[in-house]
Amino acid sequence: VPDPRTAHRPATASGPGRLLIAVYAIFAVAASARAGVQIATRFGDAPLAYALSAFAAVVYVVATVALARAGLAWWRVAVLACGVELVGVLVVGTVSLAYPDAFPDETVWSGYGRGYGFVPLVLPAIGLAWLRYTAPAARKRS
Amino acid sequence: VIDWFATVVIVAALLAAAWSGWYVARDRRPGRPLLVGLAVLEALTLVQLVVGIVLLVTGSRPDQLATFVGYLVAAVLAVPVGAAWALSEKSRSSTAVLVVACLVVPVLVLRLQQVWDGTGA
Repeated sequence: VPDPRTAHRPATASGPGRLLIAVYAIFAVAASARAGVQIATRFGDAPLAYALSAFAAVVYVVATVALARAGLAWWRVAVLACGVELVGVLVVGTVSLAYPDAFPDETVWSGYGRGYGFVPLVLPAIGLAWLRYTAPAARKRS
Repeated sequence: VIDWFATVVIVAALLAAAWSGWYVARDRRPGRPLLVGLAVLEALTLVQLVVGIVLLVTGSRPDQLATFVGYLVAAVLAVPVGAAWALSEKSRSSTAVLVVACLVVPVLVLRLQQVWDGTGA
């Protein structure tokens, strides 16, 4: 049942949101699969990088699901996930360039996501902009 | 894998992406001709999966077997999953999901070739 207060705002999963969710889903699957293979086959080689890969994968999965769902609670989860993602790509990107020795193998967020055409850097920014645009009315008033 | 067939899949996927993009640019919803085109692309990825499995069974194995199989399967899933998501809402940007889904295929095929040749991570 659509909330009358939010009915005039587009749902996060409608319109451009569908394209955004599609890209998030690709990263969720790619990051999960990559982290799974890394941890299952050679975790000892680069434990920090692979743990971060797994963390990034979880963030992408949560963001994908939260964006695809309706309701204020999921909207908040989506904001949190995209926020963590933005902080993650900035921090890991910076640390990976400053201390390359700490990252013997690439993660999704290494070098600000340059291994993935910098999409990991752009994606959370677009995600947060879209969440701002679809912000529930009740939250906007406060 | 088989280079010429991989090229066929990549070209077909790029054509399907361009065709989907044409629908987005003209703000039209996907019609039967485009769906047939996507089905052809899907058939090609299925053939690629079968060829890949046959190659594995007949002896040659890439170092990263799990990754190789993952790319083979992902290439088969990309178009139908993307199409299901794209067609479940009739809007311009939902149609654009088809472009993204089609563009995923060439990326997967290129990675598939890298894993097969043992180059790249």
